[in-house]
Amino acid sequence: MKGERTNRLRVATLWLSGCSGCHMSLLDTDEFLLKLAEAIDLVHSPLADAPKFPSGVDLVLIEGGVGTEHDLERALLARSRSRQVVSLGDCAITGNVPALRNPLDREAIIREVYGVAWQPERLPALLPAVLPLHRVIAVDLFIPGCPPEPERIRTVLTAIIRGEAPQLPQEMLSFG
Amino acid sequence: MPALTLTIDGRLVSSRAGETLLQVIRGNGIDLPTLCYLEGLSPRGGCRLCMVEVAGREKPQAACVTPAEEGMVVTTGSERLQRYRRQIVELLLAERNHTCSVCVVNGQCELQSLAARFGIDHVRYAYLSPRLPLDASHQRFGMDPGRCVLCARCVRTCDEVEGAHTLDLRGRGVRSCISIDLNEPWGRSETCTTCGKCVQSCPTGALFEKWTARGEKVRAPELIPRILAWRETHER
Amino acid sequence: MNASDLEKLALHEAGRERRYCLRISICMGSPCMAAGAAAVKTAIEELIDRHGAAADIRVVGTGCVGPCSRGPILLVVTRDGTEYRYERVTPPAAAALVDRFLNGDVAPTERLLPADLPFFTGQTRLVLANCGYTDPERIEDYIARGGYQSLSRAIHHLSPEAVCEEVTRSGLRGRGGAGYPTGVKWELVRKASGSRKYVVANGDEGDPGAYMDRTIMEADPHRVLEGMALAGFAVGAEQGYIYVRGEYPLAAARLRQAIQTAERLQLLGGRILESRVNFRIDLRMGAGAFVCGEETALLASVMGRRGHPVTRPPYPAQRGLRGCPTLINNVETFATIPTIIRYGWEEFASVGGPGNSGTKVFAICGDLVNAGLVEVPLGTTLRQIVEEIGGGVTGGAFKAAQTGGPSGGCIPAGHLDTPMDYEQLKALGSIMGSGGLIVMNDQRCMVDVARFFIGFCQDESCGKCVPCRAGTVQMGLLLDRICSGLASACDLEQLEELCHLLQETSLCGLGSAAPNPVLSTLRHFRDEYEAHVMDHCCPAAVCNMAATEAACQP
Repeated sequence: MKGERTNRLRVATLWLSGCSGCHMSLLDTDEFLLKLAEAIDLVHSPLADAPKFPSGVDLVLIEGGVGTEHDLERALLARSRSRQVVSLGDCAITGNVPALRNPLDREAIIREVYGVAWQPERLPALLPAVLPLHRVIAVDLFIPGCPPEPERIRTVLTAIIRGEAPQLPQEMLSFG
Repeated sequence: MPALTLTIDGRLVSSRAGETLLQVIRGNGIDLPTLCYLEGLSPRGGCRLCMVEVAGREKPQAACVTPAEEGMVVTTGSERLQRYRRQIVELLLAERNHTCSVCVVNGQCELQSLAARFGIDHVRYAYLSPRLPLDASHQRFGMDPGRCVLCARCVRTCDEVEGAHTLDLRGRGVRSCISIDLNEPWGRSETCTTCGKCVQSCPTGALFEKWTARGEKVRAPELIPRILAWRETHER
Repeated sequence: MNASDLEKLALHEAGRERRYCLRISICMGSPCMAAGAAAVKTAIEELIDRHGAAADIRVVGTGCVGPCSRGPILLVVTRDGTEYRYERVTPPAAAALVDRFLNGDVAPTERLLPADLPFFTGQTRLVLANCGYTDPERIEDYIARGGYQSLSRAIHHLSPEAVCEEVTRSGLRGRGGAGYPTGVKWELVRKASGSRKYVVANGDEGDPGAYMDRTIMEADPHRVLEGMALAGFAVGAEQGYIYVRGEYPLAAARLRQAIQTAERLQLLGGRILESRVNFRIDLRMGAGAFVCGEETALLASVMGRRGHPVTRPPYPAQRGLRGCPTLINNVETFATIPTIIRYGWEEFASVGGPGNSGTKVFAICGDLVNAGLVEVPLGTTLRQIVEEIGGGVTGGAFKAAQTGGPSGGCIPAGHLDTPMDYEQLKALGSIMGSGGLIVMNDQRCMVDVARFFIGFCQDESCGKCVPCRAGTVQMGLLLDRICSGLASACDLEQLEELCHLLQETSLCGLGSAAPNPVLSTLRHFRDEYEAHVMDHCCPAAVCNMAATEAACQP
């Protein structure tokens, strides 16, 4: 039992400032999910019931940019507890749609969105700008796309499971 | 017209006098990347993507504005050039708000495909995220300066092909912007002929036809040289 | 007016000068004007009127005397030719001073600058020879000191080839910064085919802390015009343009006035000195863009277009203004020409060193006792300029001198004995540039200095090519991070990578030289960068290392 556990990759996924579309795309990998289930342990994920980010994680796929103090904390924690970090999708790589707020005034946006109902203690504080993940922590791999096509995710994960260095071909590299 | 002989990437090629290096290189089937160049328009030499190494010259040269000369030895794809091209595209991606996912030209954009071509899966530079309001005052077209790469293809098309010179540049450095007339809203322009050629020449989603959604802009930059060629045959 | 009229006028004016028993010059350069020179002049004139001595005393508002940080400067020349220079003169002090001279007392010693002050004795003034003596608004003053004699001689006794030859043999190199041999350029334009040619003077001086060209244009405008007319004669151009930076209204006003008077005396315009030579000069004002100092951008601006550089070749000498061969030189280069033609190339080449003949005007400023404008032979060591002429460093020990403005670099203390010539400066990673020289003491942070210059280039980039437009901004952000203690080794690496990109791929000189301040400080002061990056501390305690990440976000 113990020997078997060490062969399986401990994988986590994280959802920061994004729309969860990248997670949907991961679920969209169809029958590959079965292969994945054989090869990995999903130790923390919005898709799994494991509230704490554990230590000793082999691979973490992070969706979304870093837009709030809470995002920042979780990104730092994930980095410190994981061997390999993957930026999953355009939000994590470029800031993408959440970063559309960057040129605008932060306070004005909050007023616009929440109006008088704004209760600062109820929501995590917004950072001055939504940052790409790699501006905050070291990132080992990038899977661009909004959302990244399931094929791109499959290509990267297959290589990692096999213990190879993942290499996305040019046609799988475009943003958007 | 006298012929010239050059060496490009180790291959002997011939060209006509008066041709630019870019014409010779492309004419020989090498796909040299460009962004501000558009066939038919005067070359600008601004994007610096078509830079090539010419033996005996200290610095790389922009092929679109370098005349071919007898005996030139040219390298188009050295490791150094590839590195510079990648850096330039990264600088462009960080300069404005190129959010591909919500762009009318997603999937057809020249900047987007250049990024993929150079293997850019992330941008190392800080995003500048400038605040640049969109001009939607024109009845048919819109302009989003946030997606502009300042290649001035639209400016040259408007001036050299349409002859209207509605578009020009204003501001300096990173604050440069395409300007309509003397910085008027597009809809109020008295010189714009609404010909739409600027929209066709734009390599990104900065100029677009209204009522197009994500990925729906149809680009046809080859229209510009075709118009010019047609004129040449019919005006003779 | 013809050649002999010119000589008669010169003799007449010189004779008139000799009749004065006292000559009082008040420096009317921009720095002294800002310090109140105009009021000083009025006070002196009133006093002389009260004494009824106006016929015996000449009061003249002149160009720059030199030690600008000590202005307003007053220069009194007695009948026997002795010169007394007074610093920081106020209107009442000036009146008191002149009063004592009028009463025939011994020269007052209060505010007197010693005659053997190295600031003056260490200089060789060829281009600035008239500064402090002539009234820039009186063409007669210039003529009295031999002005327009070179033009007269060239037109009547020399061929265009001979003038070019003279300039070539003098070894004069472009004073705008790059140091291209002037004679070679003239020869190219002279030989270029085309019935119409142009001469353009580049007076779009924009380096921070540099004001040599402004001073020359303000103090001795006719010298520039004569140089341009000589160039016109030599290359076969009948039209010249002088492009003056928009921020120099005084220089423009004096040039405009000078052009008018010279045309009235037939020293410019049609049939100069009753010969068959024509040369008109028109003034063009810049609108505040630094890049218009780049020659192709300048020509675009002269033609009324947007000041954008274009790729060379073709060089302006082949195809410049309106597609015609165009000679473009810096104002200081043109101002040197009359001296060369007048005294001959041997005389000129005997000053300075081989390959670096003649003098160069430097605007020395920063942490110096005597800041101001100095003219020294090329090859004078940095130490002589800083310690002797400049009077030494204030507020600490010498740390570095920045030459060449935003396209130049920093020279550290270890290289104080470097001769200031084109090659030596280049070897140290700096450039001669137009002649700005900023001296810094050990309280200055070199990373902060680099950041200042990158900020300048960022503001002044024209925006045409991507590396310069976007690259300078990213370099600025990286330097901000370094100066806030947030940077990592990877940021430093990225900074250097951008430096190389800009150097190699920028369209014009502004972009390709923009990394120089960073590269030269990295080369000579790498330890300071490393202290900022590795230890998160600023050795000179200039940078605020407690800044937050937010401060570095654009």
